[in-house]
Amino acid sequence: MNWSAVKSIYVYEMTRFFRTIAQSLISPVVSTSLYFVVFGAAIGSRMQEIEGVSYGAFIVPGLIMLTVMTQSISNASFGIYFPKFIGTFYELLSAPVNFIEIVMGYAGAAATKAFLIGLIILGTSFLFVDITIAHPLAMLAFLVLTCLSFALFGFILGIWADNFEQLQLIPLLVITPLIFLGGSFYSITMLPPVWQTISLFNPVVYLISGFRWAFFGMSDVPVVTSLFAIAVFFAICLGFVGWIFRTGWRIRQ
Amino acid sequence: MTTILDVQNLRKTYAGGFEALKNINLQIEEGEILALLGPNGAGKTTLISAICGITTPSAGSISVAGHDIVTDFRAARKAIGLVPQEIALEPFEKVINTVRFSRGLFGKGRRDDFVENLLRRLSLWDKRDNRIRELSGGMKRRVLIAKALAHEPRVLFLDEPTAGVDVELRKDMWDIVADLKKEGVTIILTTHYIEEAEAIADRVGVISKGEILLVQEKAKLMEQMGKKELEVQLAAPISDVPESLRSHALRVGEDGHSLIYTYDTTRERTGITKLLNDVAAEGLSLRDVMTRQSSLEDIFVSLLKEDAA
Ligand SMILES: Nc1ncnc2c1ncn2[C@@H]1O[C@H](COP(=O)(O)OP(=O)(O)OP(=O)(O)O)[C@@H](O)[C@H]1O
Ligand SMILES: [Mg+2]
Repeated sequence: MNWSAVKSIYVYEMTRFFRTIAQSLISPVVSTSLYFVVFGAAIGSRMQEIEGVSYGAFIVPGLIMLTVMTQSISNASFGIYFPKFIGTFYELLSAPVNFIEIVMGYAGAAATKAFLIGLIILGTSFLFVDITIAHPLAMLAFLVLTCLSFALFGFILGIWADNFEQLQLIPLLVITPLIFLGGSFYSITMLPPVWQTISLFNPVVYLISGFRWAFFGMSDVPVVTSLFAIAVFFAICLGFVGWIFRTGWRIRQ
Repeated sequence: MTTILDVQNLRKTYAGGFEALKNINLQIEEGEILALLGPNGAGKTTLISAICGITTPSAGSISVAGHDIVTDFRAARKAIGLVPQEIALEPFEKVINTVRFSRGLFGKGRRDDFVENLLRRLSLWDKRDNRIRELSGGMKRRVLIAKALAHEPRVLFLDEPTAGVDVELRKDMWDIVADLKKEGVTIILTTHYIEEAEAIADRVGVISKGEILLVQEKAKLMEQMGKKELEVQLAAPISDVPESLRSHALRVGEDGHSLIYTYDTTRERTGITKLLNDVAAEGLSLRDVMTRQSSLEDIFVSLLKEDAA
């Protein structure tokens, strides 16, 4: 392993993040606060408690997940697409690194950024609602796993994309709907039975449910199923990355 | 001398079916400077890309410093520095950070004194904290060189280092190359400028349509292929080569004021004495006599013509 290379990529990417730290943090914090104002205060006051949790508090895990997933994907996909776009990718190709090291550097940095943003949103939400976290360690574990899996997914997206439109299309058309329909703002038990069944095909449901369990000890699906789901998603992304590594897909002519 | 780069039967066919390299064989000795000359689209960049791991060869084998570029890619790539043809740099990054990044990427630990020294030599030290986008084109090219040298490679590839660079900077670049050679770095550069090859290379390779037409020591090449011309300037113009001089390889120069004799410097007898005697016997009065050696450019052009024929 060329750990020096992994570290270099990671540090370089994190430096970029900290260089634009204001932009990187302000937008997620502002939009989360807006969600709290709209859903928590305005609508939430008319909503009944869900299994003993106020609606304002209930949406916190979903909000964090929403941001963390989109941030992981956009950071990682942009991180690896950018060198391709401006042509500096040649250096990675000519360096004594293998694909795994490149992934660790880029996806690792993207996951770290998303994780930090997730923690900041959690901090922000304490300003709006009272929450106690039932299983703090499980909460962190879910958060880390989600950041990593979605960063891997974003990395694949960035390798695949040929232009900026493609880079934004997939998150917009696929990921955002899955996240919104994944129970970020509601419990899927609130849906009619048909939609409950359909929802079970949405992988994001499992992630949000598991994450919510870590907060409140309640979940739409058993927490073991959630863990299993995220492990499967992680494994699929990892397998795909491994395949890219072997075939050089979209990397070397 | 040891062979530092060994390319054997290298072929590259691009996805569209275009054969950019056809059976390339090339051996380079440690410490030499090789200039690869070739017209646009000859395959110079493709050859470099294959050696540096940017494109995958379709057939053949390459080893750098004794390491196969596939089975032992880490050791091979650590020995290589690459300055690409196109300027590709992250515009918002600081000069010093991008150079440090390159060093780390190639597995070398951080060494500020080394990086400082490198930047000073490339006249970039004053610009170390500037963002790339604040640099001129020539400076950017030097940043690329600094990045390529950041991990102390043994072989440096310069893909058209002086394309679009003014005369002064070109001289600068040649000085840098000469310095590196003194330190024992092997340099392979591609260029369209014959003067460049003539000025700095030890050996010259000519590549055209994916084939290496020749690789020769520069001096030997010019000697072997180098025909010399003797120009005899005449006081009074003539219209044709006089009857008595027809046995010599002569032609009449422009506007009839000179006779031009082409001869081979490597021959035992150049035939100059006899020619001048015959000219005197013919009664022509001479104004001046001069000789010219053909440049690499002439050689290059004649090689490409032969190849096209
Ligand atoms: N990615 C690619 N896909 C298909 N064909 C390519 C690709 N890259 C280069 N070629 C073709 O291969 C040939 C050699 O290109 P290459 O870039 O190696 O030439 P070059 O000698 O470096 O030319 P120049 O002096 O213009 O830089 C050209 O005909 C080019 O069109
Ligand atoms: Mg080229």
